[in-house]
Amino acid sequence: MAETRVPGARERRLPLQVNAVEFHRNGRKLLTGLDFRLEPGKISVLLGPNGAGKSLLLRLLMGLIVPDAGWIRWNGVSPTRCRHQLGMVLQKPVMLRRSALANVEFALARAGVAASQRRRIAQAALEQAGLLALGKQPAARLSGGEAQRLAIVRAWAQKPRVLLLDEPCANLDPHSTARVEALIRDIHAGGTRVILSTHDLGQARRLADEVLFLADGQLHEHASAEGFFRNPDSGKARAFLRGDLVI
Amino acid sequence: MDELRQAPWMALEMLVTLEPELLEIIGLSLQVSLAATLLAALIGLPLGAAVAVYQFPGRSLLTALLNAMMGLPPVVVGLAIYLLLSRAGPLGELGLLFTPQAMVIAQCVLITPLIAALTRQTVADLDRTCREQLEVLNTRQATMVWTLLRDGWRSLGTAVLAGFGRAVAEVGAVLIVGGNIKGVTRVMTTTIALETSMGNLALAMALGLVLLAIAVSISLLAGLLQHAADGRNG
Repeated sequence: MAETRVPGARERRLPLQVNAVEFHRNGRKLLTGLDFRLEPGKISVLLGPNGAGKSLLLRLLMGLIVPDAGWIRWNGVSPTRCRHQLGMVLQKPVMLRRSALANVEFALARAGVAASQRRRIAQAALEQAGLLALGKQPAARLSGGEAQRLAIVRAWAQKPRVLLLDEPCANLDPHSTARVEALIRDIHAGGTRVILSTHDLGQARRLADEVLFLADGQLHEHASAEGFFRNPDSGKARAFLRGDLVI
Repeated sequence: MDELRQAPWMALEMLVTLEPELLEIIGLSLQVSLAATLLAALIGLPLGAAVAVYQFPGRSLLTALLNAMMGLPPVVVGLAIYLLLSRAGPLGELGLLFTPQAMVIAQCVLITPLIAALTRQTVADLDRTCREQLEVLNTRQATMVWTLLRDGWRSLGTAVLAGFGRAVAEVGAVLIVGGNIKGVTRVMTTTIALETSMGNLALAMALGLVLLAIAVSISLLAGLLQHAADGRNG
């Protein structure tokens, strides 16, 4: 598909179209036949067991890797060409070896924010995540939950139109999970589109407006959260919801 | 035999009384090696980091070359610099031969590959951990180089210290390009070589003790930096 310029570049939210996407490595098909369209304004959850291809799909959506077949367009533009409008938090975010505040300031610098404004914006972002008191601490010494919230506000501080979150609460305790989820809801309410991956059914129920269920590299179901949890169409999704092992 | 027995005591006396000749030689040695290390760090740190971060044709070859050049024979480097700086050489007009500046150049040439190769390895390790994170923060490659150098400064400090250690202990190259002229280009290593050959063991031993102290200090400092870096990583 030929790329088009982003119509209405000031539009806050980007629709996403994924068309016949495939991704291979070492002769193995890791993602096959992915076809879907996401409209703006919802929290979309990529749900599925480990190894389903959720992280890989997020990397494709971010433009870190490119599909072997098919195409991905954000409002008509390929991810590699609109990377500055996308933000991503990796499953294991890496903290730069500096303070929490300086980590956010680093992200702001990469987004082209003037040096004179970075401190103020970074402090506001940390405050939103409840981390302002820890701003001067080395980021590497934050707890798992604090580090995850810092990673999210660091990405969000760049004012992306879409924020991709890869298993944002993996290995967090319930208290930390609640704080991260509250932050995600705040970010979504502020107008940033959120797409997150999880294998945690409870988290998907709490956050999702729509669910994309993936297993063994294929999209088995794309439905509203309510419809998905009440009456899933695919056998794999029903098995996953029952708590069966989906391999 | 008496001279041999007395030499250690005379060496200690020189050290305790801070004999001017001794201080002058130590001072020049430190000046030359620190200047060479500074120059080599300015070249080697960004060079090593760039080789680690950028993908370009011939990168493997350059990496192999840097690794091989870590073991450059000092006398060969000295000879090459001598030919460049000698009156008939291409840089003869600069009049640098048998000056401390020539010694700085020789030591710099010797240790730049060492610092660059150690930097490349350190930054490559950091790059494996951080690249995707930096990419999702929309970091350009030139900024990645600087960011990884900054984040890895403790480990890179060890590389720079290793360079200084090699520079200050080096004798062959500085002897050739410096000429070991008293009061002008005489440094610790060349003085030790000369005084030992002349049988003046006290000064040689005093300088030897200073060199040993420097080597131990560098080792301790490198250990502390590495410990701090490991603590940060852990």
